[in-house]
Amino acid sequence: MDYFFGHYNYWVVIFLMMVGLYTVISRGNLIKKIIGLNIFQVSVFLLYINMGTLEGGAAPIIAEGVALYSNPLPHVLILTAIVVGVATTALALALVVRIKEAYGTIEEDEIHRQDHSL
Amino acid sequence: MENHLSLLLVVIPLIAAPIVAILPRGRLPWAAALIVTLLCAVLASMQLWTVLYGGVISYELGGWAPPWGIEYRIDAVNALVALVVAGIAAITLPYALLSVEKEIPEHQIPLFYSAMLLCLAGLLGITQTGDIFNVFVFLEISSLSSYALISLGKNRQALTSAYQYLVMGTIGATFFLIGVGLIYSQTGTLNMQDLANLLPEVFHTKTVSTGFAFIIIGIALKLALFPLHLWLPNAYTYAPSVVTIFLAATATKVALYVMLRVLFIVFPHSFSFATPTEELFIVAGMSGIIIASIYAIYQEDVKRLLAYSSVAQIGYMVLGIGFSSALGVTATLIHLFNHALMKGALFMAVGAIIYRIGRCRIGDIHGLGKQMPWTFGAIIIGGLSLIGVPGTAGFISKWYLVSAALDKEAWIAAGVILVGSLIAMVYIGKIIEALYFKPASDSGRLVKEAPLLLLLPTWVLVLANIYFGLNTELTVGVAEKAVAILRVMDT
Repeated sequence: MDYFFGHYNYWVVIFLMMVGLYTVISRGNLIKKIIGLNIFQVSVFLLYINMGTLEGGAAPIIAEGVALYSNPLPHVLILTAIVVGVATTALALALVVRIKEAYGTIEEDEIHRQDHSL
Repeated sequence: MENHLSLLLVVIPLIAAPIVAILPRGRLPWAAALIVTLLCAVLASMQLWTVLYGGVISYELGGWAPPWGIEYRIDAVNALVALVVAGIAAITLPYALLSVEKEIPEHQIPLFYSAMLLCLAGLLGITQTGDIFNVFVFLEISSLSSYALISLGKNRQALTSAYQYLVMGTIGATFFLIGVGLIYSQTGTLNMQDLANLLPEVFHTKTVSTGFAFIIIGIALKLALFPLHLWLPNAYTYAPSVVTIFLAATATKVALYVMLRVLFIVFPHSFSFATPTEELFIVAGMSGIIIASIYAIYQEDVKRLLAYSSVAQIGYMVLGIGFSSALGVTATLIHLFNHALMKGALFMAVGAIIYRIGRCRIGDIHGLGKQMPWTFGAIIIGGLSLIGVPGTAGFISKWYLVSAALDKEAWIAAGVILVGSLIAMVYIGKIIEALYFKPASDSGRLVKEAPLLLLLPTWVLVLANIYFGLNTELTVGVAEKAVAILRVMDT
């Protein structure tokens, strides 16, 4: 039990990861897929941020009387990953707009039907 | 100068990309991109030369000493892959001028070349860097630009295939990121050499094994390893011809290089192959060769046929890794190089057909072989190389692969390689039959031979196929050096 609750933050990460991945796989709506992809990516950001934090650790600025610091590197890495995530989302949304223009729908089934009836 | 080689290869295309985007319409963006890619090809050859005769190059970005700063570390393995990427880019660009003018709307052309250079910067970055998180960043730079490039295809299916690739590519990259995070949490470092030193202490932890699994699956998605290849056929089919040529010859090769680096350098051979990696690669490789090749036979679109054949060829490369012997990895590296040559040549020839008639379904190309003899010749020689006929580059790859299989007494795998070649004969035969032996469907149609600017790059690659089939000094020599660096043990 202690193990379970002691790592509750990681359970949150895993839960979000699975929610995101499941949404990407199961939803046919292209926007919902992107939302799923976003949740999936955010869960990984949380994973990194959790790794870097230390219970009782201060922000990594040298000050008198502080002995424990959080590790800033994972946080910085995640800043980069967030930028990548934003770029991916923007590109995906742009593609969805173009798909909507070309097909008149953003439902995967409908798109497949149109492609095969050609 | 030599010290900055490794960085310049990434920085030049990266800085050139936004500049090309704002150049006026016309042929100026193309000319600028051409100069940049030629420069990159020259730098990449200088780099390979330096590495072969001078040893490993280590470049500290911003003067920060590794493992704290990012290190670019060049040895024979990545120098070879960087040369493949930069070389193919330099050969593709002259070809691009006419093909792109035909397939891309005029106002998008500067942006097209800009995305192309970004993709090149990303791919070169992956090969140059010695920092595993940096690999992720460059992977996403190259992937994002290739999604954009694919979506520029003429059909609306290009949009959906770009979207599909985006979803699968992002999942792959995120898996890679999870894996990197997990191994970072155990070692506190991201430098590949440093990881190699620190990881053995924590091999027994579940975190490291999990991280390893995430990284391998993530790269396998990018690599289009057989059951994870679903994005590839659509992406290659609907992308503009130039994009297909460039991606088919480079993108999966770079992913394969990352796989090699992770399997043999970040994690030492003894760890990687204590996990079920070996069985996984052999099974995935063999089923990829057979199933994807059979799929290829039934395709009606020539580009799609070649795309499925690419999936099968990735199977060969992965099979070479799966043998887990020095000979096997040598075969993988040789095939990596040779496959870039043959698929580049084939997709270029198909692009020339598309340039002339706008389509490339099997039914559309009947009898074209007589009207476009040079393009037809390129398809024949490229096809023979793909099958692995002696005298072509493909034969060298197959020879090394089969020897590796026999060396490991993997009789089934050796059989699969040969059967794969036979199936390749069937699907290449299908294209040649349609081009030459079928009567033209509308006999009044007059199709001219492709313009010289398309034929020249195609034939450069075709002749390279023959040259590297006869003179193996460069490929085999470099591959053997690379294998020594990868510390592959013979088990």
